[in-house]
Amino acid sequence: MSHRLPKGGRLIDRSKSQNFTFNGKSMAGFQGDTVAASLLANDQMLLGRSFKYHRPRGVVAAGAEEPNALLGLGQSNRYEPNQSATTTELFDGLEAVSQNHWPSLEFDLLSVNNLVPQFLTAGFYYKTFLRPRAFWKHVYEPLIRRSAGLGKAPAPDARDPDRYEQIYAFTDILVLGGGIAGLQAALAAGQSGAKVTLWEQTAHWGGRAPVDGAQIDGQPAQDWINATVARLHAMDNVQLRTRCMGAGVHDHGYVLGYERVADHMPGADTPRHRLWRMRARQIITATGAIERPLSFAGNDVPGVMLASALRDYIVNYAVAPGARIVVVTNNDDAYRSAIAAHDAGLDVAAIIDPRAVASGDLPARARALGIEVLEGRAIRKVKGGKRVTGVEICRQDSSGGAVERSIDCDAVAMSGGWSPVVHLWSHCGGKLLWDEAGSYFRPDPARPPLGADGAGFVRACGAANGELLDVLSDAHRCARMAADAVGANGQPDAAPQATAPAEAPMQPVWMMPAQASYDLRMKMWLDYQNDVKVSDVQLSAREGYQSVEHTKRYTTLGMATDQGKLSNINGLAILSDALGQPIPATGTTTFRPPYTPISIAAIAGEARGAIFQPLRRSPVHDWHADHGAEWEPVGQWRRPFAYLRTGESRHDAVNREVKNTRENVGLLDASTLGKILVRGPDAGRFLDMLYTNMISTLKPGKCRYGLMCNENGFLMDDGVVARLDGDSFLVHTTSGGADHIHAWMEDWLQCEWWDWQVHTVNLTEQFAQFAVVGPKARVLLDRLGGMDVSRDALPFMEWRDGMLGGFDARVFRISFSGELSFEIAVPAGQGRAFWDRLVTEGADLGLMPYGTEALHILRAEKGFIMIGDETDGTVIPQDLGLDWAISKKKADFLGKRGMEREAMVNPDRWKLVGVETLDGSVLPHAALAVTGGKNANGQAQTEGRVTSTYYSANLGRGIAMALVRNGPDRMGDVLSFAGDDGKDIKARIIDPVLIDKEGAKQNV
Amino acid sequence: MLILTCPCCGVTAEETEFSPGGEAHLKRYGPGSPDRDYESYMFNRKNPRGVHFERWRHTYGCGKWFLAARCTITLEVFGTYRAQTTEPPADIIAAIKARRPEWEGFA
Amino acid sequence: MSDRETSALPGAHFAGFVTVSEAGLRGMITLRGDLSSDAIAGALADVTGLDMPAQRCVNSAGDMAAAWMSPDELLLMLPYDQAGAMAQKLAQALAGEFATVANVSDARAVFTLQGAGVFDALAKICPVDFSEFDQGEIRRTRAAQVAAAVWMSGADQVTVVCFRSVAQYMFDLLSAAAAPGSEPALYT
Repeated sequence: MSHRLPKGGRLIDRSKSQNFTFNGKSMAGFQGDTVAASLLANDQMLLGRSFKYHRPRGVVAAGAEEPNALLGLGQSNRYEPNQSATTTELFDGLEAVSQNHWPSLEFDLLSVNNLVPQFLTAGFYYKTFLRPRAFWKHVYEPLIRRSAGLGKAPAPDARDPDRYEQIYAFTDILVLGGGIAGLQAALAAGQSGAKVTLWEQTAHWGGRAPVDGAQIDGQPAQDWINATVARLHAMDNVQLRTRCMGAGVHDHGYVLGYERVADHMPGADTPRHRLWRMRARQIITATGAIERPLSFAGNDVPGVMLASALRDYIVNYAVAPGARIVVVTNNDDAYRSAIAAHDAGLDVAAIIDPRAVASGDLPARARALGIEVLEGRAIRKVKGGKRVTGVEICRQDSSGGAVERSIDCDAVAMSGGWSPVVHLWSHCGGKLLWDEAGSYFRPDPARPPLGADGAGFVRACGAANGELLDVLSDAHRCARMAADAVGANGQPDAAPQATAPAEAPMQPVWMMPAQASYDLRMKMWLDYQNDVKVSDVQLSAREGYQSVEHTKRYTTLGMATDQGKLSNINGLAILSDALGQPIPATGTTTFRPPYTPISIAAIAGEARGAIFQPLRRSPVHDWHADHGAEWEPVGQWRRPFAYLRTGESRHDAVNREVKNTRENVGLLDASTLGKILVRGPDAGRFLDMLYTNMISTLKPGKCRYGLMCNENGFLMDDGVVARLDGDSFLVHTTSGGADHIHAWMEDWLQCEWWDWQVHTVNLTEQFAQFAVVGPKARVLLDRLGGMDVSRDALPFMEWRDGMLGGFDARVFRISFSGELSFEIAVPAGQGRAFWDRLVTEGADLGLMPYGTEALHILRAEKGFIMIGDETDGTVIPQDLGLDWAISKKKADFLGKRGMEREAMVNPDRWKLVGVETLDGSVLPHAALAVTGGKNANGQAQTEGRVTSTYYSANLGRGIAMALVRNGPDRMGDVLSFAGDDGKDIKARIIDPVLIDKEGAKQNV
Repeated sequence: MLILTCPCCGVTAEETEFSPGGEAHLKRYGPGSPDRDYESYMFNRKNPRGVHFERWRHTYGCGKWFLAARCTITLEVFGTYRAQTTEPPADIIAAIKARRPEWEGFA
Repeated sequence: MSDRETSALPGAHFAGFVTVSEAGLRGMITLRGDLSSDAIAGALADVTGLDMPAQRCVNSAGDMAAAWMSPDELLLMLPYDQAGAMAQKLAQALAGEFATVANVSDARAVFTLQGAGVFDALAKICPVDFSEFDQGEIRRTRAAQVAAAVWMSGADQVTVVCFRSVAQYMFDLLSAAAAPGSEPALYT
């Protein structure tokens, strides 16, 4: 059984007990434990069920590579599924639950999948659920949904109460990984004078050197680590950060760092995660290496773990994964685990070594301790279900038919050799070499990821570089090269010397025994989390999958949350063997960020709640909010859709606003309209190019409505231009179009007509602008006083500057409703006071503010188009009957060439008309006029579509505009519009101008 | 994510401060131009594997458009330069040639 | 100035590991033209007494400052109630030049950040290396999702300017960045 040892544990503080629960059961651990360590200390070997077969699973690893030990952590709003027990620090009050079982962890009905594993072989999903088709929805999908997947999502109404943030940082040299390689690299780089940042993903410096018993400069590794960390802390040019993982290396030295600030102290008044958006000139990966499992039957039974993990648990946490241990290894390093177990007082039953001879220093030391070493042998099979009970031994060079011996044990420590962590090197295009001696891929220094200057910007060092033994001098050399690359030329101290026992060569062992029979191979797990076995990869090769990328997707090898950290090389080796080619010919799958999963909340950062996105507020936003405004998003602006009075529906409010504006006076906040000053000797010429109509002939003091098209000739924006003086024009754009049109102007001025003398200034936010609209509009303005706004003093389509009621005003006599109408601009800072004044002065005139819906209805009653309703990026002005606004005199304007194309002059284009339903009802939005036939694709034939549709309170019926084939020539025709309920709606083509066609109302 | 240096204000910044604007050095064809020229101006774009010239705007900075010479394979930036030119200036051409001797030149 | 004018968020204030305060109304004038020309520099000096700032620099004297915004755009900052008259004077001085003067005093919101950790707060929202940021330099950049300009306006003090319509977003953003307990210890 797994248990806590009576003494030892370099990372735990036995004086600080931490209580937690697992599946509701109370347990205790110590401060410094990981969740995995504390569970093992409580003899909780079984932690979850596998993805496909629901096999019982326990801890395999002690770090980021763990595939099995995924738990649901926390409660309600803080519940999170799929959290790794090996990388989560224990804290008092932690609540953990196991995942992927039904009804319980101990008794899982779905483990029936396990009894017939032939059923779920590679490509199972592709092959099995094809027929009958009707079964998919009612049988297969519910079944798969119950049996597959890992943790459960948090409740839909759960809201994460924690804070998250991002931060931008810059450094010369970023060192990723705080083991002895990373520490030495940071020290040497720091001593060179460069600005250095060092990140370590765990809470501790030094990596696994202290566990492995290394000596550095004649002292224990831990002493050197402590001294080096102290030296680094004392250097002003070095920043160190623990619990911060280099998650991804991206173009031009961009690195994402995932800092788990407060995962170990939930509820603390700090951000929980912080995402570092680091820009580094040089990156040193000191990410170490990951031990590989061995492929033998039953290598997934709880109690089988990596040899390095076993000694991590013993040395770091004083946790013994078992009382009687078998070590199985193809290399000398794992003998350290046997020695560590023996030193901790545990019974090491045997070391099984497939090599013919194990004669290095470490095997000799193990033998000297009395541990039996079985050379040339293999584990044939692990015995046990929910935990290991023993192993069967056979010859490695066999099919496993003959069991030589059985050994009782409750833990198996396995090692298939080590693989450098090349992920961060590879993320941005760094290439790999195959290392025959170590049977792993290592970074190819000749083909690094390239930066903005075309030079390599990532260097791997130590074990991450494939230098498993000569770690410190490799890190030192690497740091000096990085320092050179950033121009830091201080002289670092000499590299320290590490001493360790000599190790004999490892022997690649991809299957155990070497000629294992099928029944053994189908119990050899490569990818624990996704339940991919040796037999699955072999099957995919037989079925013709040759590319490693295809095999990955067919078998799901390496596609789980651990992204194949343990399974990658073993799977490649099996595939290569099946394909009869060397491993480098097979190659690897692509390493993609993040290195381990990072929280979505960290990616979102601060962008949530009130600052999820910027909301643009007009100077009178608060007044609107205080007076019942329902909001309509217009770009990032929020404009009042309508102002709801107490007890009033939206519909009622809109009708009231529409009627009141035509009968009394309405007030519209038009501050969001774009206002761009265009000024300079060539301003008129420039605007003649931008607008389809002539602008340069406009006289100062006057306004003109104009259209802007893109170079396709498609209508893009519209608005009123006012000429301020000989050189100056004020261009009004749509609310959503201001930034785009300003950028569009600057593009042409900077990139095409750069010799034209024109300046633009975006004045959109300088002014609050209000429309005072309706028969009593002039009365209201006269009350304010200060400016003559009479018909003669301020005719239609003119503007005047002056003081109005004591405010600095520019008054435009323009109308988007057909009513007597003034738009008044005042400096934004005066906007609220001016609005309040209008509301007060207008009260007894029946003044009511109106929103965007009333604005739309008022303009539709007059047949005025709206950009975004009547236009959709494929409509030319001629489609809308706006030929009058297209100059025939101008040799050129933007869009003119586009309008010359055949399709644009086709007489059959859909053109704008009004339509009214025969029964007075309101047409559905975007309804299509159907002719009854079908087109070549079997779709209904159409001859038009609704672009705007409203209920008009003034007319007492539905009104609409539509684009209809030859529409203007078909006045009076009745069309059939497809209704939402499948029934057609009859509507007659009419003139779109429904109110005051002569313009009498606005010209008073 | 790229880093670019704006030649107009001298700031070196990450890509999020800029907006891309597609291929540089397009020639505008206006009214009366043949269909083929208009089509090339509006719709046909180079998509080279290697040296490419692009428009960028320093949207969140000085607001100016500029042009960049960049390798589409390695993302190396050979240089950035002001937009008021119909072809890459000599120093940019020289910088590209120094790094890509086999490059056939601006066409 | 009368009470008819209000700034975007009058009195807005947040005390975090740095303080965030809305700075009230500030006069601002945009001057467009070739900033490297003698005529424009001369007019600026004559009217304001300020030298033309170098690229990305702010020159200030008394309650007036001139900031280099782009090769052909200058932002003049001065007391709010002087802006109208100053804009007229500048325009007159530049008559005949290809130059544009516009009073933009109401278009923006101004915030002051005060405290030793001002860059620690700004680093969370601006992709800028503040270790290379000098007194007298102005940086136009991005603050999360909106445009902003920042400069050091005093000891441990940074001024942040954004468009008026996003003042509430900016204030909330700066407050979140300065929240107590979230000190990143990057620049401090």
